[in-house]
Amino acid sequence: MISELGHYALVLAIAVAIIQSTVPFWGARTGDSRLMALARPAAVTQFLLVGIAFAALMHAYIVSDFSVANVYENSHTAKPMLYKITGVWGNHEGSMLLWVLILTLFGGLVAVFGRNLPEKLRALVLSVQGWIGVSFIGFILFTSNPFERLSPAPIEGMDLNPVLQDIGLAVHPPLLYLGYVGCSIAFAFAVAALIDGKIEAAWARWVRPWTLVSWLFLTLGIAMGSYWAYYELGWGGWWFWDPVENSSFMPWLAATALLHSAIVMEKRDALKIWTVLLAILTFSLSLLGTFLVRSGVLTSVHTFAADPGRGLWILTILILFIGGALTLFAGRSSSLTKGGLFAPISREGSLILNNLFLTVGCAIVLFGTLYPLIGQVIGSEVNFGAPFYNVTFVPLMVPLLLAVPFGPLLAWKRGDFYAVTQRLYAAAGLAIAAMVIVAISAGLDSFVAAFGVGLAVWLIAGALSELVFRAQFFKVGFGTALRRLAGLPRSAWGMALGHLGLGVTVLGIVVSSVWSTEAIKDIRPGESVEIGSTTVTLAGYEHEENGNFVSTLVHFTISRNGEVIRTSSGEKRGYMVRGQETTEASINWFGPSHLYISPGDIRENGVVLLPGEFSDQSLLTVHVYWKPLVAFVWLGAVIMAFGGALSLSDRRLRVGAPKTARHKTLQPAE
Amino acid sequence: MVRGLRALILALVTIVSLPALVIPPAYAVTPDEMLADPALEARARALSKELRCLVCQNQNIDDSNSPFARDIRLVVRERLVAGDSDGEVIDFLVDRYGEFILLKPRFNAATALLWLAPPLLLIGGIILSVRVIRRRSLRNGEQDGATLTPEEQRRLDKVLRESGSGGQ
Repeated sequence: MISELGHYALVLAIAVAIIQSTVPFWGARTGDSRLMALARPAAVTQFLLVGIAFAALMHAYIVSDFSVANVYENSHTAKPMLYKITGVWGNHEGSMLLWVLILTLFGGLVAVFGRNLPEKLRALVLSVQGWIGVSFIGFILFTSNPFERLSPAPIEGMDLNPVLQDIGLAVHPPLLYLGYVGCSIAFAFAVAALIDGKIEAAWARWVRPWTLVSWLFLTLGIAMGSYWAYYELGWGGWWFWDPVENSSFMPWLAATALLHSAIVMEKRDALKIWTVLLAILTFSLSLLGTFLVRSGVLTSVHTFAADPGRGLWILTILILFIGGALTLFAGRSSSLTKGGLFAPISREGSLILNNLFLTVGCAIVLFGTLYPLIGQVIGSEVNFGAPFYNVTFVPLMVPLLLAVPFGPLLAWKRGDFYAVTQRLYAAAGLAIAAMVIVAISAGLDSFVAAFGVGLAVWLIAGALSELVFRAQFFKVGFGTALRRLAGLPRSAWGMALGHLGLGVTVLGIVVSSVWSTEAIKDIRPGESVEIGSTTVTLAGYEHEENGNFVSTLVHFTISRNGEVIRTSSGEKRGYMVRGQETTEASINWFGPSHLYISPGDIRENGVVLLPGEFSDQSLLTVHVYWKPLVAFVWLGAVIMAFGGALSLSDRRLRVGAPKTARHKTLQPAE
Repeated sequence: MVRGLRALILALVTIVSLPALVIPPAYAVTPDEMLADPALEARARALSKELRCLVCQNQNIDDSNSPFARDIRLVVRERLVAGDSDGEVIDFLVDRYGEFILLKPRFNAATALLWLAPPLLLIGGIILSVRVIRRRSLRNGEQDGATLTPEEQRRLDKVLRESGSGGQ
């Protein structure tokens, strides 16, 4: 019954979405305020209805209602409650419903917080949101209905894929979708403005908070996914340049570019056409990602829920939205007025440089991701992986990273390059010192490593220099400067933290990839593996049974200089229902560095044992990795996202900040 | 086992139903296949990272635990022990399995587009940026065309007075 209610709510939601996508649009064309006013209640209602549908599906999972096919296929009574709840989006249908829930959430937020938007723009934005809603709710109802019933109802479910029975599933998809789908707002604003035919600097002011929100969630979502892969896969890799990963990375690159170009548009009324195009492209890349992942186009070798019907539906959505938006753009962009002038060496110039590298980087990733398709067409099966991106994308980012500290210090319109360079002497000095230290201690042949570390230090010190100079530490007294520092606008802190976080991530990437060490050995209980000055001893095995899996706990002791400093455990799990095995690596934190112990096969007389089976003489193949500073990779992303959140809390950027209260924007933020 | 990584990544990033998903045990290279000579072993590991496991998409043979990957790892080590250079090992494998085994395809007619695209994209981007900057360019000494009218100047002064010290 409750599932039928959910299904019914979803049908009502598409009806409301149809109204939302047509009536306010008509109102905006004819200038009828009453029709336009319908957009806001419609958006809120659509969100509530999709919310009801989502709650109904969640209810079916919580009570294990196996008469619902989706629950039967992805749940089990013995599954822990947390995974029953998160399992709602641990499958295609449920994750699409989450996608739409977040889409309508954003629509609802625009309706609620967009009071200060011009009536016509708001009506158009919500209409465009409505179109997206209609397409995707239709996609769910017609091709991926999560409420389909089974009769007779099975007694027990098939359980959730064990890899997904992890806290990562609770966190990663919602974050990623908040990022992906959040881009739809900037897209809706772009299309609305193109339909309306006028784009002013205020447009960027309205769009920027939404872009910032989706960017920060995208950042966290990607970082979380990467960390999840790192601890779940079991050999310490955290980025694979896989098409599916690229699908989330491309919108991130585009959103980062958009975030920067929108600043130019807001402050200087320049780069308008480009910013609008970026807003369209960012969401287009999100849609493309959704398509690539769900159609099976790039993964045709695999049985990957690849349903041509679904693929075709999403491809149609893709073509209509991207094609439509770009056509509109082509038709209207020439009528947009050009903005202010600026010298090449200026804040504007530096932001163009930023956009140049981010966009080209994004294009390379896009090209690399789609090339296998081109290859199929021209009849050669060419495919490539990480090594390709390492020689194309990575070097491209170097000049961008070198330029980052200059940008915030340059003045608008015309910057003084020499003055800025002087302000960065300290940062440059630190970076060079770091390079020299690394080169001396690690040997001169480690030039790349030394350069990488220097680059990271340059970014971190550069971000700090910017704060130091804005607080005028060298002009006013120390105390005054500290007060000034605390009084800086939050957006200034946000930017500095964003750039600093980038430096921290780069440091983590460089140090952990260059100085990782690895030891592989077969050991019995009591025997050890040496890695550097650390000894890892296999202390013994232990049998454990849990709700839906059996496992062999593998206990280790970690010692240095003959003294035991830690004990830790890894795990080999066997999930009964699906007959699958997973490995839980033992990750030991030494500050930001990890001693990563991955238990492999457990053997007895050459025969591989199942999870839960072992004797005192069983042989374990163990991989031990020392990953210095690896946690910085994700810590940096968290710092970046925190910077974004701080910027967002700045009153000058506050969602829907009234345009009329312009003089307020000149006050220092408290 | 074979499709493990690929399937896991898909599952991780996309959260779609993968009824047939099999999870990889988490190790690839095993002690019995490693060479005694650390220098040769290091070369073997480096080479392995450039070679595709043909039965598991987008995974190198060093990370893969499929039987195929193991076979290729053993072949690589065999050739190295026999005295082959890195290039000879690669040639040997390409002869046998085709270009597809290389994670970083070599430059030839079929991959020309792939290798030329990144520099072309960059050059195109630079040309575009330079044009934008040229068109919008303020020459030395020149003022922004949009100077304030006296009315605007008065309003600006008023705003600045009201806001006191002012942020930026």
